[in-house]
Amino acid sequence: MSKHPFISVKSLSVGYDSRSGKTIQVLRNVSLEISRGESIGLVGESGSGKSTLALAAMGYFKRGLRVLQGSAHFDGIDMLALERDELQKIRGGRLALIPQNSGQSLTPTMRIGQQLTEALRLHSDMASAQFSDRVVELLTQVRLPDPAALVSRYPHELSGGQQQRVAIAMALAGEPDALLLDEPTTGLDVTTQAHILELLRDLARERNMAMLYVSHDLGAISRVCDRVAVMYAGEIVLTGSARQVLLTPCHPYAHGLLTSIPRLNQTSLPVALDGRPPMPGEAISGCAFAERCPLADDKCRSKSPDLLPVTTGETVRCFKRDMIAEMPVSSRKPSRKDDLDNRTSDSALGLEHLAISYTKKDWLASLLFPGTPVPPATVDGISITIEKGETLGLVGESGSGKSTILKAIAGLISPKEGQIKLHDDKVLKPRVEDRTAVSLRQIQMIFQNPDDSLNPRHTVAQILAQPLRLYFGLHGEILREASVSLLESVRLGAHYLDRLPSQLSGGEKQRVAIARAFAAEPEIVLCDEVTSALDVSVQAAVLDLLDELKTRQGTTYIFVSHDLAVVKAISDRVAVLYQGRLCEIGPADAVYKAPFHPYTEVLLGAVLQPDPDVAPTLSADDVVEFFPPACGCPFQRRCPRKLGRICDSETPPSREIAPGHYINCHIPARDL
Amino acid sequence: MAVITHDSTASGSRAIGVFKDLVSRPSGAIGLFLVIFHIVLALVSPFIAPFDYKLQNSALMLSQPDAVHWLGADHLGRDVFSRTLMGGREALLVTGVATPLAVIWGGFVGILFGLVGGRLDEVLMRVVDAFLSLPWILKMLVLIVTFGTGVEVLIPTLAFFYGIPVIRIARAATHDVIARDFVWAAKARGHGRISIIWRELLPNVLDTLMVEGAMRWSWMLLAFSSLSFLGFGVSPPTPDWGLMISDARGFMSFAPWGVIGPVIALSSLIIGINLTADALAKALGIDRAQKAPM
Amino acid sequence: MLLMLIRRLLLGLVTVCLVSLIIFAGVEILPGDACTQFLGEYQADDELLAQCQKDLDLNRPAFDRFSEWAGGAVTGELGLAVDGKTKISTIVGDRLQNSLLLALCAMSIGVPLALLLGVITGLWRDRMPDLIASTLAIFAMTIPEFVSATLLILVFSIWLGWLPGIVLTSASAPAAEFFPEILLPVIVLSMVMCAHIMRMVRSSVIEVMASDYVQMATLKGVPYWPMVFRHALPNALLPAINVVALTIAWLLGGVVVIEVVFNYPGLGRLMIDSISDRDLPVVQSIALIVASIYVCVNLAADLLTMLANPKLRTMYTRK
Repeated sequence: MSKHPFISVKSLSVGYDSRSGKTIQVLRNVSLEISRGESIGLVGESGSGKSTLALAAMGYFKRGLRVLQGSAHFDGIDMLALERDELQKIRGGRLALIPQNSGQSLTPTMRIGQQLTEALRLHSDMASAQFSDRVVELLTQVRLPDPAALVSRYPHELSGGQQQRVAIAMALAGEPDALLLDEPTTGLDVTTQAHILELLRDLARERNMAMLYVSHDLGAISRVCDRVAVMYAGEIVLTGSARQVLLTPCHPYAHGLLTSIPRLNQTSLPVALDGRPPMPGEAISGCAFAERCPLADDKCRSKSPDLLPVTTGETVRCFKRDMIAEMPVSSRKPSRKDDLDNRTSDSALGLEHLAISYTKKDWLASLLFPGTPVPPATVDGISITIEKGETLGLVGESGSGKSTILKAIAGLISPKEGQIKLHDDKVLKPRVEDRTAVSLRQIQMIFQNPDDSLNPRHTVAQILAQPLRLYFGLHGEILREASVSLLESVRLGAHYLDRLPSQLSGGEKQRVAIARAFAAEPEIVLCDEVTSALDVSVQAAVLDLLDELKTRQGTTYIFVSHDLAVVKAISDRVAVLYQGRLCEIGPADAVYKAPFHPYTEVLLGAVLQPDPDVAPTLSADDVVEFFPPACGCPFQRRCPRKLGRICDSETPPSREIAPGHYINCHIPARDL
Repeated sequence: MAVITHDSTASGSRAIGVFKDLVSRPSGAIGLFLVIFHIVLALVSPFIAPFDYKLQNSALMLSQPDAVHWLGADHLGRDVFSRTLMGGREALLVTGVATPLAVIWGGFVGILFGLVGGRLDEVLMRVVDAFLSLPWILKMLVLIVTFGTGVEVLIPTLAFFYGIPVIRIARAATHDVIARDFVWAAKARGHGRISIIWRELLPNVLDTLMVEGAMRWSWMLLAFSSLSFLGFGVSPPTPDWGLMISDARGFMSFAPWGVIGPVIALSSLIIGINLTADALAKALGIDRAQKAPM
Repeated sequence: MLLMLIRRLLLGLVTVCLVSLIIFAGVEILPGDACTQFLGEYQADDELLAQCQKDLDLNRPAFDRFSEWAGGAVTGELGLAVDGKTKISTIVGDRLQNSLLLALCAMSIGVPLALLLGVITGLWRDRMPDLIASTLAIFAMTIPEFVSATLLILVFSIWLGWLPGIVLTSASAPAAEFFPEILLPVIVLSMVMCAHIMRMVRSSVIEVMASDYVQMATLKGVPYWPMVFRHALPNALLPAINVVALTIAWLLGGVVVIEVVFNYPGLGRLMIDSISDRDLPVVQSIALIVASIYVCVNLAADLLTMLANPKLRTMYTRK
């Protein structure tokens, strides 16, 4: 069956001229076709050129980029040859874009209603008197609550999820025949993401729109798309139906990518891919993926394969496509606490009734308006004992307080109440300045964003020297040797010592950050979203590294992440947090299986798996809460299983469902 | 697992890289040339000036430019060309010393305020703001008038008053840097305050301070020449462009050359410094635009 | 919102109080007092000195004198000049009026021109209009005011004879009599103002035009000029409020050099003259007035920004 291609990109190459005069290609000879009513997912990581391709389909190129060859057609119209005013009529009308970061993409000085009315005025044939009704209608279609009130709000007054829905409404205003979506759910909470994807899925079906969905998130793509194209280093390397690509990929990169993503039903660590994706401008000879590919041989490294069709209807760019079955699929079991040599049930760290507050008392407000209530603490009632050698995962969405707890343990924030004990007896001073050298050395932290956690002016050698000098007084030749062996333990060569962070990739920087933390030979390492800022294909390698270091040194980890699968892969025990309060804590396998705390149930239901056959369960609304309730259960306003008034007034009791597994809920254990 | 072996860009010294970037830009090349030219001129002018700058010759008063006196003579018969060549010496000496002093003292206090934070910082900034609201001329003139116009008064006065705006800049830069994770990381490791300032903060704030320093220098030169113009800076017979312009102003209608020489000299120096500062900012990658609030 | 406004107003008040304290303390710290400074020039005898001090009531403790001065300043009663006879408020009143005239004229030319040029050079970045205007701006900003003033006098007054190069009208004359002498000073001031504001608006426009929301508006199909006026400029011009405010403050207290070059009888000239004459009471009062104007103008700018910037306006009303 051949459908008339609605969006058609042929042999498109796009690039820019660097300061040294070279032409750097961002897209290399890319061809893609989308038919009416078809949803195609475009998967790729940083440097793959996927966003550029999506924008090119609209005839738009960022400042500095130019077309080197090829064409882009929309419904037969050559987008690259159109004049500005012709393009205007199509863009936002028949062909609409939903941008990545709606918070930045909505004009801050215009109200929501005004921006939507503008879209209507440009692209619909309605009489202007009908605009305001249509705006409310559009907002209702994207399932925004209270649309009449929303119309007069400004973009910054909305949450991320609401802003994204407004962007979708704006795109729909022109009754588009095709939608381009550039990472529309990046940065949103798990539950919000799931809701928005459902909305997009329904809209696509209702309106028979052609859709190009660009993302690095395979779970999102599997939910929305019929066909998938995988991009690597500016080229398309694999196309096929969603089932084919996600369940039985024929390209080593796609295969490696899928096995490196942690899954909820996995019990071992994912297999990591070597290396990192090439950045635009790097010299590539032969296949772009060859240097990372376990199947590569000399032919792969010297000749560049073409994108060829296979019998099953896919197209693959690989010489070794028939050998995919030989790719490694087995993976290591993560080192669990029980496997360690020095098994003890000593407590490494004890958190007792910890309460932390960010907000300070506003003296002027309380002076002028006496009786303004003090906002409730950001984190409250946290009592957890972390055992030596275990990995405790902390999960939750934004506002759950997980990073705040880590900062309090590190001494960067002073808790309002409660205390933190090291080894069951030493109470840690709340401020890091007051702590002893010994306790400082034993607790180390790794931060989320490697661009930010390394001083851009220091070389790797200087970065590693700091803890070595501070805690062990090393210098000179001994210092250098210690630094080299640290680098080796994170699988970086000694030649990295003289590099600056700007010369390293994200994954390399994070390894340096890990090396820096381990330089102190700590007992406890706090990991704050350490894989969240990395490319998908690099994340597994970092997790693998962390696990290996733990095996060798018996470190205790507290691992914070919003990604439930990642946390499950690496943790012994998991604690689920909501609005700074503990909901559930127990062994990882137990927490991820019934019986659940109602919030855990909602959270797990919303997780998107890269499997087209698995659909998320959406139980609660995706309302974002900015502060916890003053008393009672933190989940009271959204809980689908709320009992009644007791949830609003009394703190839920901690019930032991099974040995070591506690759930804080008013619902009796047998009913959970 | 394979060790990562992508080829690295040569690290080299950052300063050399920045310098190369600076001179590759036309504004940077021209600016730097002008600045260096003037500095060299200030150093060698006493040796190459054809006439003694003090030498008065009543016979030559306000005479036209000729082969001997290239720019003619001023109202006291002194050779304008020689005086123009030497007119930047005092200005460059005073501002050349006062600018680094201003940046150091303002930078130091600004970083301190930025680190202290909280109530104390707010209160102190109010005092600084109050101070800044007074007209600069007033503040300086009061001191100069009380204590005299010698170099030993001008340098500290200029350094003190021009350091105050640097406090704001250094404080803002400090606020930006201490919010970044690598400073939190250093704090969490247990590094002391001094160590954090010296190792983490300073290298990152230095860029901003350098560009600010270059701009301060040009403003200070403007102020210095304005003061001389008003009669409160250099004392005669020392040649100074501002003073020369002031003296020659009254005779402009028939003897404009007394004005043109110092005007070109002074303007070229200040433009040179500004161009260099602009190019330096771009080479360091500093965005000096005042940000739109959105 | 209300809270923010009140907070800002209080801040302004506190700053003015601080300023008055600084001024008074600064004058006190100087060796001697108002009379010794003034008469010291002329090496007068003790009797004159005593008389002067009695006239100016200098023998009371500092705190009393401060409260009287500060309290009086609020009502406009600024005391006597060092000669013991002239009321400061009379002298300063005239000069203030003249400075205001100059400032208003310069602003009415400079600000609109600067905004227009800033937007043009920002939109046509690196093309001919930008290169010309930016180069001219650099010259206007870096050449000292007295130099540009002198050059303009040379060209327009001496060589071409179009405009008078010096102001000869007396300080207390009504506004109309200052034309056409006021034109050259206004031109010089406008030039300098325009250059500063233009550069700032230019970078703001460039930054906003590169923002995500402008890109989105383009991709939404909004035509170029409507996009510039509706989406870009309201955001780009917000920081201009602050710069314009600073310029106003500068015009009212910082244009000393121009006033001297053109002999214009404004506050700046008065400042220089009274410093030269060692007339400290006058200097003190001028300092207070100029500083207060600066604080008020900044306050107005901040309040205006708060009202114009939706993010600040709605900070406290998020549901």
